[in-house]
Amino acid sequence: MNTSFLVPLEAYLTVAALLFCIGVWGLINSRNAVRVLMSIELMLNGVNINLMAFSSYLDGYEIRGQVYAIFVITVAAAEAAVGLAILLSLYRNRDTVDMEQFNLLRW
Amino acid sequence: MPPIAELTELIVFVFLASAVVIGALGVVLLPNIVYAAFLLGGVFLAVAGLYLMLNASFIAAAQVLIYVGAVNVLILFAIMLVNKKEAMAASPGTGLRRILSSGVCVGLLILLLRVAFTTPWALPGPAPIGEDAVIRLGEHFFSDYLLPFELASVLLLMAMIGAIVLARRDVFSTDVGTGEAVDQALIEKARSPLLVGKNINQKSLETNP
Repeated sequence: MNTSFLVPLEAYLTVAALLFCIGVWGLINSRNAVRVLMSIELMLNGVNINLMAFSSYLDGYEIRGQVYAIFVITVAAAEAAVGLAILLSLYRNRDTVDMEQFNLLRW
Repeated sequence: MPPIAELTELIVFVFLASAVVIGALGVVLLPNIVYAAFLLGGVFLAVAGLYLMLNASFIAAAQVLIYVGAVNVLILFAIMLVNKKEAMAASPGTGLRRILSSGVCVGLLILLLRVAFTTPWALPGPAPIGEDAVIRLGEHFFSDYLLPFELASVLLLMAMIGAIVLARRDVFSTDVGTGEAVDQALIEKARSPLLVGKNINQKSLETNP
């Protein structure tokens, strides 16, 4: 059990912010649709690190951050399943995973 | 606390944090999507290690089971199913978009770091309860977070059914009344691109047995 908190809270927040920003960059710039889904998972993990850090440093008795992290993991699993199913269906339609080719709704 | 333990904690944190950041960069930047998927599993494992350092052993186990065991395997299966070597045609404005999005992301990072370092956090908080966290989680789930907990089960059921409906191929079943084959083909027939011809649906009906 770790009660000393040698590593400051800001270190965890920095890691989480880096992970989230890398995820945002990948979400915008990926051409492959699978990589877009992987970027979304990276962003969700960054948010989870934030929640866990706050839960451990500021709310060590009630640990509500861990409860939220479990809900985030649940929704992320559901999102991954449905997202990859949509991706497979899309691949059968268009025969590609290039995000630039999915322009049916382009204005 | 002896200095050797402090040193170990620092080393472990630096190792895990650099693994997370470098792995995430690899996931986003590597040209080979299979390497990116395996690196994503490494990132998930390193994040689980960070959870262990934050007194959350149950969430760390859940992270390994759900993310590494389920989500990452699902992504690898999706890569196998859509594995097609295609040279993606260059689209105009890619360089400009990269520069702009990099600026946006760096700005977002600076904003987040400024918030993290200038906010006066109420430290130190109450002492962590350590391994009793599982008991506390169970109490939360069955008292004040009961409704979200039950809704999560409905959400998972909907996701399961939705994934099956979306990802299945055509089902050839027979009509109960007439005994004839019922065409349940969705629009997604046999590698035919959408909206190329007007009579694409009729053609798929004719070729259907």
